[in-house]
Amino acid sequence: MLILEKRPSPSRFWQGATPVLAVALTMIAGGVMFAILGKNPFEAIRTIFWDPVFGEFAWYFRGQLLVKAGPLILIAVGLSLGFRAGIWNIGAEGQYIMGAIFGAAVGLAFYPASGWFIFPLMVLAGGFGGWLWAMIPAILRTKFRTNEILVSLLLVYVAQSILSSMALGALRNPEGGGFPGSRNLSQYPAAANPEIIAGSGMHWGVVAAFIAVIAAYVLLQRHILGFHIRLAGQAPRAARFAGVSPDRLVVLCMGISGALAGLAGLFEVSGPAGQISIDFASGYGFTAIIVAFLGRLNPLGILLAGLLMALTYVGGDNASTNLGLPSASIQAFQGMLLFFLLAVDLLSNYRIKFLLKERA
Amino acid sequence: MELFGGINPAVLIASLMVAAVPILLAAIGELVVEKAGVLNLGVEGMMIMGAICGFVAAVESGSPLVGFIGGALGAAALSLIFAFLTQVLLANQVATGLALTLFGLGLSSLIGQGYVGIKPPLTGEVPFGPLADIPVIGTILFQHDWMVYASIAVIAAVWAVLRYTRTGLIIRAVGESHDAAHALGYKVIRIRVLAIMFGGAMAGLGGAYISLVRVPQWTDGITAGAGWIALAIVVFASWKPWRVLVGAYLFGGITVLQLNLQAAGARIPVEYLSMSPYLITILVLVIMSADKSRAALNAPAALGRNFHASR
Amino acid sequence: MFRRTLLGTAAVALGLSLAGAAFAQDKLKVGFIYVGPVGDGGWTYQHDQGRLAVEAEFGDKVETVFQENVPEGADAERVLTQMALGGADIIFTTSFGYMDQTNAVAAKFPDVKFEHATGFKREHPNVSTYDARFYEGRAVMGTIAGHMTKSGKIGYIGSFPIPEVIQGINSSFIHAKKINPDVTISVVWAYTWFDPAKEADAAKALIEQGVDVILQHTDSTAPLAEAAKTPGVIGFGQASDMTEYKPSPRVSAIIDNWAPYYIKRVGALLDGTYEQSAAWEGIAGGEVEIGEITDAVPAEVKAAAEKMRDDIAAGTYHPFTGPINKQDGSVWLADGVVAQDGELAGMNFYVEGITGDIPQ
Repeated sequence: MLILEKRPSPSRFWQGATPVLAVALTMIAGGVMFAILGKNPFEAIRTIFWDPVFGEFAWYFRGQLLVKAGPLILIAVGLSLGFRAGIWNIGAEGQYIMGAIFGAAVGLAFYPASGWFIFPLMVLAGGFGGWLWAMIPAILRTKFRTNEILVSLLLVYVAQSILSSMALGALRNPEGGGFPGSRNLSQYPAAANPEIIAGSGMHWGVVAAFIAVIAAYVLLQRHILGFHIRLAGQAPRAARFAGVSPDRLVVLCMGISGALAGLAGLFEVSGPAGQISIDFASGYGFTAIIVAFLGRLNPLGILLAGLLMALTYVGGDNASTNLGLPSASIQAFQGMLLFFLLAVDLLSNYRIKFLLKERA
Repeated sequence: MELFGGINPAVLIASLMVAAVPILLAAIGELVVEKAGVLNLGVEGMMIMGAICGFVAAVESGSPLVGFIGGALGAAALSLIFAFLTQVLLANQVATGLALTLFGLGLSSLIGQGYVGIKPPLTGEVPFGPLADIPVIGTILFQHDWMVYASIAVIAAVWAVLRYTRTGLIIRAVGESHDAAHALGYKVIRIRVLAIMFGGAMAGLGGAYISLVRVPQWTDGITAGAGWIALAIVVFASWKPWRVLVGAYLFGGITVLQLNLQAAGARIPVEYLSMSPYLITILVLVIMSADKSRAALNAPAALGRNFHASR
Repeated sequence: MFRRTLLGTAAVALGLSLAGAAFAQDKLKVGFIYVGPVGDGGWTYQHDQGRLAVEAEFGDKVETVFQENVPEGADAERVLTQMALGGADIIFTTSFGYMDQTNAVAAKFPDVKFEHATGFKREHPNVSTYDARFYEGRAVMGTIAGHMTKSGKIGYIGSFPIPEVIQGINSSFIHAKKINPDVTISVVWAYTWFDPAKEADAAKALIEQGVDVILQHTDSTAPLAEAAKTPGVIGFGQASDMTEYKPSPRVSAIIDNWAPYYIKRVGALLDGTYEQSAAWEGIAGGEVEIGEITDAVPAEVKAAAEKMRDDIAAGTYHPFTGPINKQDGSVWLADGVVAQDGELAGMNFYVEGITGDIPQ
């Protein structure tokens, strides 16, 4: 029979090999699905994984991968800190929305003035908005022991209501002829977050994502707070003996993840999205949770996971337009990829042994 | 008997009972799953699989009953993916649950491609005869389709099983301490897999209720977030079956009430009212958890932790 | 026949030079970008029916591609660019929220035609806009409602308080009131385009208030299914015909029919007569279609509704013809004055007789 034996420490070989194996398995399973849908599986897989990076128009899509991956990575890095410490902020979507609203409101308040200080102020306001929204579950948990998973999740729906009321009311473009949606911030130079090098996809949000990855890496490896976070996650009781205050950790982790999600929202609303609209929220906050886990809560892993996730979005859209695949099949394909990545993860933590005789 | 501007409380209660059925079923299923120590965040994905499988089964067979069975089976089958990944391959439950939702939304849409714009067979009211004509009580209690009663029966059954039977004891033991349960000789993995499938089946029933009774039609994304609310209700209920009923009715009630207030012409800020169910749920959560002795104790101690029988 | 440079200013701006930038194509490539899934049974479904009609009309001369579920924001811009890069000659963007993205991408691809639904920005010569005068259809529905209501109460399920929806509410009310001066209208804002369960609850709440005619500006059949449960309550199909609820409660329908417009524009591009335009067609142009009026309404009501429809189609009657006062009693249109399109496009007030406030 087959048994699993826990490895004393995760296997380095399998940590590197499992993602490759998972992608390969997904290609096979996804290929079968595409074939059932009557499409050429090889063409579909090539369109999703190869063309955006090396295909004819890769010069355009490579930049778009960064645009798509930037917010995912920025949010996921923040979330991973809390997840490591056993603090479950699953309401990043709401914090992302609030960051965008706060940041956009500051920018719009200055319209049409110009000044170098406007965009930095918006960045501060965006981070503050996300932080503030995350503080609600944090304070409720520390003061009343209220479950932060639920509160942060419920606050997503509240944030979405606020978003539509802002798009229809306070932040509505007065020159928009009564239509919902704010002024387009990307067309207001003092508040815009354009590509730093045209066509590269690099906007300040992507830069912030890279900075966050490095900062989180340093924090976890070198800083006492990083040590506390890891300790609280692996051995809560030991952490308490070591003088780690759980409440302080909750406030810090929720605050950091909220602020980063808020920043992601701000960079998105002032750049790629351009405006506050009813449908501004597109699920980055939830997808980032998956990215955080795919990256094994490790900053560098998250960087790669975010890019891979972005690839399935960009490549998936290409496949669905060029080959006429329903977008639902791309969703299912992404689901499969996640399943396989999670499934093969087993190999890095456990050793599979074959036993000839059943043990008593 | 009027509350405000012509809102009849009896009818209000009757409609909230119907409105609450999907989240009620999904939440009671998830409660059992969590009692067994497993956190499955894929409720939305399972619900929508139940919605489409139930719809297809009902349309193809012409029978709503077959539809509900099909919905439960379809969602239970989907939940097996979660069970296999988390119980056998020991994958992280939070991430797997989210992936399950993503996969379920995609798959349901693929299955449903030929079923847009079709009317499913009608699920009838239970004929209570003259009982249905009793004022107030008749409206509240005796004018529903049979799934409304079935959902309440499921709550009662889960409550009784968890509280009074050996099965319930084993489920709770596994959820409190899988190591201790394992030491006592219980098959932790098998029990958890069965609990996950039960949760899937209930979510599927809830989804099928949406596509067969509440709406009734098939369209992509028909569950529109009901699965997430079901998750909230389980914690709101602090893992107690009857409180799931209260939570689901409260939540359904606030949604129905705000629409009724609008229809009655109350001058209320709609956009803020539409967030009120969430705010009130948070408020109740806070009040309940502030009483430190209760909520924390009810949470299954092994919730979300995977079990591996090491030597 | 159709020669076009593959890369417009996008490539120039990037400083990229691609060989073989121009090539001949034998088929006209027509792209569509949808905000929802093709299977939504409403808004997107009807646009896709229009796409299929284009294929049926022109056969081998055209090739259509589409992308469903495209979020309004950075993704829309990417998908648009991808379609343009992929050789599309004309792209229809079928949601208001694509307005800025459509114009931004149009600037980079001056040889590709862009057609944006329900918007008003045409910043480049290759951008046209199109919309449908749904309020014309509402006038017909309002006429039927005024005749059919016994309680004198009609209900309206609104999605978001935007001009298009407010036009519909006003038009329905004005025409119901012409038939029955005592009629009142209850508006319920669902704050969603699509949430079947919520729409069902809204319909139920309205019926409970004594409403016996329900109009809806949300896309699911849930309100009709709810109306079917109470004898004597009628409703109308919305966006699609919703024939499965014939003959009652669905007594008629207001159908978005994009096929005539799509065929006209693609045809014009094929025969070289294409020009930039701002189309706002209604019953006359076929964009707004009145679904079969069933025998559930008396013959004279049917005749009155059909006369209304035909008068509007013939141009002898405009649904917003004075005297019409605003809600506060001030004069909006003097006797015989017809509303300007500009006023309608930005409509943000109720007419006299409607109670309640438009959420701001």
